[in-house]
Amino acid sequence: MKKEGKWFGFFITFGVMFLFWIILSGLLTAFHLIAGGICSALVALISHDLLVKGKSDKLIIKSWRLLCYTPWELWQIVMANIDVAYRVLHPKMPIDPCVFDFETSLRGDWALTTLANSITLTPGTITINVEPEKGKFQVHAIAKEPADALLVDQTMQRKVAHIFMES
Amino acid sequence: MLLVNIIVTLLLAGGVFFLLVGSIGLLRLPDFYTRLHATGKCDTLGGGLIIFGLTIYHLFHYSHHPLVPVRLLFLIFFIFIANPTATHAIMKAAYRTGLKPWKSGEERR
Amino acid sequence: MITLFLAVALLILVSISLSLYRGAVGPGVFNRVAAVNVVGTKTIALLVVFGYFFERPLFFDIAILYAMLNFIGTLVFAKYVERGDVCS
Repeated sequence: MKKEGKWFGFFITFGVMFLFWIILSGLLTAFHLIAGGICSALVALISHDLLVKGKSDKLIIKSWRLLCYTPWELWQIVMANIDVAYRVLHPKMPIDPCVFDFETSLRGDWALTTLANSITLTPGTITINVEPEKGKFQVHAIAKEPADALLVDQTMQRKVAHIFMES
Repeated sequence: MLLVNIIVTLLLAGGVFFLLVGSIGLLRLPDFYTRLHATGKCDTLGGGLIIFGLTIYHLFHYSHHPLVPVRLLFLIFFIFIANPTATHAIMKAAYRTGLKPWKSGEERR
Repeated sequence: MITLFLAVALLILVSISLSLYRGAVGPGVFNRVAAVNVVGTKTIALLVVFGYFFERPLFFDIAILYAMLNFIGTLVFAKYVERGDVCS
């Protein structure tokens, strides 16, 4: 790893930690700011390679696209919960569970995590297992229609690949 | 002020409805994997709606603590990321240990 | 408005007691762990509602702490069941 990559990750992690300190405490006196700076620097020194791996390009475009993806995901969360409420409160309980696999072309850490989280939050599916080398997902679905929406339509995979530029 | 009260009441009622649906699903559904579907999705949205309603209530009644809504929104963001991850982790542990999923037509477990 | 918060808190308590049945009966350890996770998540919402009921809005700091503890507890249990020990 080149030296400039190491310091880039350190400064991004330090900035995020310091921002969280200021937001969570709300105090802007000199003592608290200096204490926050020291604690954020220590935490960033120990664990900066967990957040940003080396030198990642086009970080601002990816963050902006992730922010624009959030309203669509919130709408999917509401639809998922109305679907679950319908299936649970119906007298006949129309469920038909199954387990299936599928493959994607995503390989990066953030892309796989975002896709797994979105699969768990959208109607009718939960991620069981992820293999990061081959991009394989194992998913448990509660009925046939949500499983088809994930396998056949592939709307979510296209959106996540668009955010992280098919990493 | 009446409009704010109505919006807060609607958000709190929606949140409590989804929490109750999550608990009823935990009792009614026949298998461990389907019960995780009910709790993992409904608990997240129910808690998020209740805390969002209280954020709006705080903005209009407690203006002398101006930074609190930002911290409540951070709590909502944390719940939306932590709850599905915990659900996925426990489901992966159960699947790896060999718990078999339920197919339609079998008896309840 | 304050009595509405009391009604919401009582309904959350009702749903917590419904999921305690699954924690007591649920055949196997996984159903019980799912029930405990559910109780933890509903406690977070209950803490925030109680804070506004008693007119002390700063209770949510405890709610943020408990959310993190609940999350870490469930992850540690899942890792222990899968591998046999927590730190290998």
